[in-house]
Amino acid sequence: MRIHPAGEDALLVELDGLDETMAYYRSLTADPPAAVVDLVPAARTVLVMFDGPKQPVLDWIAATEPAVTTTDDRSDTVTISVVYDGEDLDEVARLTGLSTADVVAAHVDQTWTVAFGGFAPGFGYLVGTDARLHVPRRTSPRTSVPAGSVGLAGEFSGIYPRSSPGGWQLIGRTDARLWDLDRDPPALLRPGTIVRFEQA
Amino acid sequence: MRALTVLQTGPLCTVQDRGRPGFASIGVGRSGAADRLSHDAANRLVGNDSDAATLEVTFGGLKLRAEFDALVAVTGAQVNCRVDGTEQGLFSTITLRAGQTLELSAPTWGLRSYVAVRGGIDVPAVLGSRSTDTMSGIGPAPLSPGDVLNVGNDSAEWPAADFVPPPSLHETLHVKFGPRDGWFTENASKTLVQQLWTVTPDTDRVGIRLDGSEPLARAIDGELSSEGMVLGSLQVPPSGKPVLFLADHPVTGGYPVIAVVTAADVSVAAQLTPGTRVRFRAIG
Repeated sequence: MRIHPAGEDALLVELDGLDETMAYYRSLTADPPAAVVDLVPAARTVLVMFDGPKQPVLDWIAATEPAVTTTDDRSDTVTISVVYDGEDLDEVARLTGLSTADVVAAHVDQTWTVAFGGFAPGFGYLVGTDARLHVPRRTSPRTSVPAGSVGLAGEFSGIYPRSSPGGWQLIGRTDARLWDLDRDPPALLRPGTIVRFEQA
Repeated sequence: MRALTVLQTGPLCTVQDRGRPGFASIGVGRSGAADRLSHDAANRLVGNDSDAATLEVTFGGLKLRAEFDALVAVTGAQVNCRVDGTEQGLFSTITLRAGQTLELSAPTWGLRSYVAVRGGIDVPAVLGSRSTDTMSGIGPAPLSPGDVLNVGNDSAEWPAADFVPPPSLHETLHVKFGPRDGWFTENASKTLVQQLWTVTPDTDRVGIRLDGSEPLARAIDGELSSEGMVLGSLQVPPSGKPVLFLADHPVTGGYPVIAVVTAADVSVAAQLTPGTRVRFRAIG
């Protein structure tokens, strides 16, 4: 673990990989000191923003061990119903060497976890348990991807909460409300949420 | 009616407060007043709570009519501020009688003005804040002529003073190196603080693109995984020319941050107009 200063009121904690970062973020969120304003997990880092003296925050970071958990420990599970008719489904099949039916089966059969957010309100970077669906981004991003599009990029799957430009390979679409300001919390997917996809 | 009617707005006028911290992990940044010091000063002058909402006026051009006897203050950029044509002082309290019109000219220095009214601007809060976040699209829409702004009850004690000194007009921004200064050459760190940088026209509430004759060279060429970004970050894209992140910056980014501007100097940065030369000075 390496700790980098990020201005006067934040520390960027860098870990060795995605799994360790997710485990560490889980531990940090369990019981943060009152001075901690926000925690922003990413692929290899957790940004810790605080308000007050730095030393107690540094001590807390040093004293926190990555949490070892099993899926059973986490009750925050969301099921998302998907129509698998994405424009890139054939391309994903070609890239992975699977049939389109196997691509769909692989997406439905694995357990996904929200590793981190970013990009847009309510967007979650989902990591799965099956590496067969790892595909590169499209060589040319679309200028507009419709809200609810379900895509793949690298080791991640994700759902566009609203229409935006994007370079992910689109495999399907969902009516799930990813972002709803009338809901508390407004994001359906938050770091740590377990996601299961089902074919509509 | 305790309200202000918007007659004219200029290029961009939004409602801002001190932002909505605590939602970065679900993709929503803090947002809030770009020049928080001027926002706070305006609220102090009318005796508001520090989190009362003010109007952030970018490059002047605002015209408001008071529908009741209001106490207002205008801070930030150097603008000509008039009530029914009579010039008023900035950074001081101004009485605006029912039916009178407050008008701000384009600034002669600076970019953003803050108009506070005693009681605060009362628009519905979203996730605990009345700020417009131009990045996520959360919060009230930018103001348009004809909008009627209700005035709330976010006032506290009467202020101890009816004038506060304007901020100094310096153009040196203090920075703290990191988190990714290790990704740059030693020479790049020197260049950052020795070279004069020019504010380009590419500047908004998200950030300010800076230009300098010598770009900041990387020591590590690999790709950085996206990571959390803080206000004031100097993020360096492959061009080697930094972008200074302001209030509506993205919550994560994929280019390394060589240094971060101090919170107080982010307020100074928010007033920099295109063409201004700035210098960075490192703090420990």
